Amino acid sequence: MSDIGISTKAMGKSGVTFSPLKVLKGFIPKLDTKAIVKNALISLASILLFVLLWHLGANYLFNIEATAKIEKARTEQGAEAAAQMEACILSGDVSCQPNTLPSPQQVIVAAQNLWADHLSISAKKTAFKAKVATTNADRKAQGLKPIKYTGRPSFIDQILTSIKTVFAGFLLAMFIAIPIGIITGLNENLKTAFNWLIQIFKPVSPVVWLLLVFMIVKTLIRDPELDKSFIIAAISVGLCAMWATLVNTSLGVSSVKTDYMNVAKVLQLSLGKKIFKIIIPSSIPLIFTGLRITVSVAWMVLIAIELLAQSPGLGSFVWEEFQNGANDSNAKIIVAMFVIGIIGFLLDRVMLFVQQSVSFETQ
Amino acid sequence: MSENIVEFKNVSKWYGEGENRTEVLSNINLTIKEGEFLAIVGFTGSGKTTLINLISGLLEPDEGEVLFKGKPIKGTSHERGIIFQNYSLLPWLNVFQNVALAVKEVHPDWSQEQLTEHTERFIEMVHLTPAKNKLPKELSGGMRQRVSVARALSMDPEMLLMDEPLGALDALTRGVLQEEILRIWSANRRTALLITNDVDEGVFMADRIIPLNPGPNATLGPEYTIELDRPRDKKALNSDPKFKEVRTAILNYLVDLGEAAKLEKKAEFTLPDYQPMMPHSRTFPFFRRKKDRA
Repeated sequence: MSDIGISTKAMGKSGVTFSPLKVLKGFIPKLDTKAIVKNALISLASILLFVLLWHLGANYLFNIEATAKIEKARTEQGAEAAAQMEACILSGDVSCQPNTLPSPQQVIVAAQNLWADHLSISAKKTAFKAKVATTNADRKAQGLKPIKYTGRPSFIDQILTSIKTVFAGFLLAMFIAIPIGIITGLNENLKTAFNWLIQIFKPVSPVVWLLLVFMIVKTLIRDPELDKSFIIAAISVGLCAMWATLVNTSLGVSSVKTDYMNVAKVLQLSLGKKIFKIIIPSSIPLIFTGLRITVSVAWMVLIAIELLAQSPGLGSFVWEEFQNGANDSNAKIIVAMFVIGIIGFLLDRVMLFVQQSVSFETQ
Repeated sequence: MSENIVEFKNVSKWYGEGENRTEVLSNINLTIKEGEFLAIVGFTGSGKTTLINLISGLLEPDEGEVLFKGKPIKGTSHERGIIFQNYSLLPWLNVFQNVALAVKEVHPDWSQEQLTEHTERFIEMVHLTPAKNKLPKELSGGMRQRVSVARALSMDPEMLLMDEPLGALDALTRGVLQEEILRIWSANRRTALLITNDVDEGVFMADRIIPLNPGPNATLGPEYTIELDRPRDKKALNSDPKFKEVRTAILNYLVDLGEAAKLEKKAEFTLPDYQPMMPHSRTFPFFRRKKDRA
């Protein structure tokens, strides 16, 4: 800091006009514009290539499916029906479109439709709220529960529910895995005691975890008011995803540098202080690496779990659309796929940022 | 009359058991007087760190005993402060917190103000006040070692143990820190033990120097008393005949030891006849750079 002070002072004295912009320029690392433009162009080109390949592939599949449909009509109902079918497909009528991989255009249209659907549902919700506002106020006065909107959730609502579920699962994983990881890292006997459990349950599939959680939650939670499927989904996500954090925390705690342990010995820190001042801080980078893996795993298993647990969210959205089999269902599934990917990517970036900001090692 | 603060009685220390047993120190007898500055010089790997860890209490002898003020050393103690070779600062704490952690342990009953005042005094003593809120990773090697010095001194130990404290520093920083450590030491004249591989450093700083014959089975060599007046001036010392004499004597002793060690190693090691593989040599000629292809 003192260097800056001196240089600005010197500039003032020598009569050079002081410009904050000039000072700033020296301290902000120069952006390599060329490299940025180059990278952007390469990314753009690869995206365009991807969309083109997708388009060609979808076209190809469309043609196979259409030919099969026409041929089927010909063998079952005769040449006239086949001609009718061909005309119908060419006209773009929704009733007879081949059901296959949607093209990029169809996916964009589906995304727009989902957004429009969301807007209309939000409008309905607001209208409903206004309508029941007085009734709800009365009910509140009487000590009754307010009437809630029970209509179909929009796509955006389902995204938010999914994020909520994964966050709940992540918190649960964190609160289970970090303490157990610390305990097992500290004590060799406890590590042995927990080891078989960790090694055996770590590779268990999310589906099985869901069933196990279902067995327990079904018995324990009898209150019909509680959102059982959400609880089951969140707990299953937590149990599936916690292992990375558990193993990493345990490793971090058990592999504290001898230098730091020597400091603890020389300072004669008590056990509690040794744990909280030396061992845990020194394993924080590894713990956060584990948490980052946990978030990615949680998001990945969430979709499968929601799908099975009938918990509202992106997973059940995908499954319902698949079962629905409407004309634009496939396109909606692809939209959901992109949304899942992008959210997963963002979650990972957030965790990476957190992980880097808590790391005390030299960058 | 000065008393013996540390006594080694026939101390041996080894690592491993049975066939794999390597004796690091064997049959060490040593006394350190209260208030003196003793330096132990020796080659790397000769067991110097093991020796100092026996005093600090991080290690226990396998044979014989190490006495501190007449009592056998059991574990570490605040009475013996140690400056580690690799600083051993806690990287998640800043300079102030690193020192304060030690102060808090020695004086658990102090108020926050006392604690802050004491910590800041020692940070000032090593001239680090401007960097007090910085993390170790933002400091240079010399500054880190100063924090380590401040941390050890802030505990106000009766004996200061220094394990090659300046080994990783450049010659100029070394010189400055040597003088600083001496200045702080002469202010309260606590017992100090310096482990070093630099004979000049030992002669400049200590009252007495003992070479450690290289391990395994390290033993102590003859002791050299440095009869130079304090405070010592580095520039003047370089032309001082007494300084030259004792320095040459120790160096000669160590060089002879080194020669003897070389002679002992009769086994010959033949190196495999490998040629280094240069980059690009394995790729197709097409990928090679133009000048390589020619």
